[in-house]
Amino acid sequence: MTNNIDPPPIIEFSDVTKRFGILTVLDHFNFCVAKGEKVTLIGPSGSGKSTVLRILMTLEPFQEGKLTLAGTSYHEQGGKGRFQASEKHLRQIRNHVGMVFQSFNLFPHMTVLRNVVEAPVRVLGMARAEAEGRALDLLQMVGLADKKDHYPVQLSGGQQQRVAIARALAMRPRVLLFDEPTSALDPQLVGEVLSVIRALAHEHDLTMLMVTHEMRFAREVSDRVCFFDKGRICEQGAPEEIFGAPRMERTREFLSSVLG
Amino acid sequence: MSWTAYLPMLWQGATVTMTITLAAIVCGAMLAFVFGILRVEGGPILSAVALCYTEVFRGTSLFVQLFWFYYALPLVGLSFDPITTGILVLAAHVGGYGAEIVRGALASVSVQQLEAARALNFNRAQTLFRISLPQAIVEMMPAFGNLAIETLKLSSLVSLISIADLTFAAQSIRNITLDSASIYSITLVCYFAMSLVLMAAVRVIEHFVRRGDVFPRSAHS
Repeated sequence: MTNNIDPPPIIEFSDVTKRFGILTVLDHFNFCVAKGEKVTLIGPSGSGKSTVLRILMTLEPFQEGKLTLAGTSYHEQGGKGRFQASEKHLRQIRNHVGMVFQSFNLFPHMTVLRNVVEAPVRVLGMARAEAEGRALDLLQMVGLADKKDHYPVQLSGGQQQRVAIARALAMRPRVLLFDEPTSALDPQLVGEVLSVIRALAHEHDLTMLMVTHEMRFAREVSDRVCFFDKGRICEQGAPEEIFGAPRMERTREFLSSVLG
Repeated sequence: MSWTAYLPMLWQGATVTMTITLAAIVCGAMLAFVFGILRVEGGPILSAVALCYTEVFRGTSLFVQLFWFYYALPLVGLSFDPITTGILVLAAHVGGYGAEIVRGALASVSVQQLEAARALNFNRAQTLFRISLPQAIVEMMPAFGNLAIETLKLSSLVSLISIADLTFAAQSIRNITLDSASIYSITLVCYFAMSLVLMAAVRVIEHFVRRGDVFPRSAHS
């Protein structure tokens, strides 16, 4: 699926190198995602998949290379600090990116509704009534409108993660990142979260980047699957290719270890 | 003449103790939040200033602080009446401990919460006031409760700069009646009654910041 269709990619990593101290996590990493594309990153833990998402969300800086989002570079000309960019610049980038975390990270002191409403009101300056209307629509979509006045601690993990998805969507991101969204869930709760994400995959304009260990799900929803190993994309392609006829030995080993 | 005749004097002293304690708690809490937040968010210079403040006031005795402010400051032209001096010094002293409580509680807010705030594009002030502090304040409450009671007990030291608080009144009465046992017994009871009221007040505030039972003690850990 690495294609040469005309529109420029919405995400473009060019020779990005990311180090934690002396450990190099990404080494001259190159990776493009087209607008609206649904891409899944799979691979052994510690292979740098989550780091890719965290860099995109500006939670981690990178040291070398270039990363652009819709043509805007993460590093600023003459930018200072760990991120080589001003906070203002980073906030402009964050405006277009949302993230769903492995551990949900809902705000425990806010009701479900306020969790979803707070950022649109405070950050986007949306009127509270409008924000609440949209939040209720989103909660409806994830099937939790009736829980709007509950606190996160009163919800199951699956429900919390669905709220977290609604919360991320309320900011209208162009790119939505999922960092192992079901890894912290009891097995019987995984399905409800995956079905919400599956429904989102039909949104044409939304670009989705997912790190997951749910191989069947990856196969169903992805336009492209990338197999990560040791900070590089070892093999990528349409799900049928990667799961049906992997070319690389490492990919076959990994798949047989996780699919059993 | 029985010591009961001196009860009005004791009551007078108790009101002074209550006034100084409450004023010092309120001012001390403000100092605690300002300097505690600066420790975490102030950048290199302001956080160093805040560190100096907490270490100086925690590291020296309240007794000496009181005398210093009462006798030394007037030498450079700054003098306040005893009550104001007492309140300010007591507030600064407990504020130093309080700042440490605020700093610790802010530091205990999980990194994941801060990352979620960043992913939603909250700015630093919004993250502090809408995400971190509301969670941290719940953690602070038990320690602040202890500190409030400590403030009440420390307030007895202001009698040394000639403020007629409860301890001062008790000593005066004892000097006249020479009935130490009765006077100090009733003084103990007075302090204990006041600390019970303080504890109850802290409970009410704690209940308020915790929003009933819904938001449990360590929901964010």
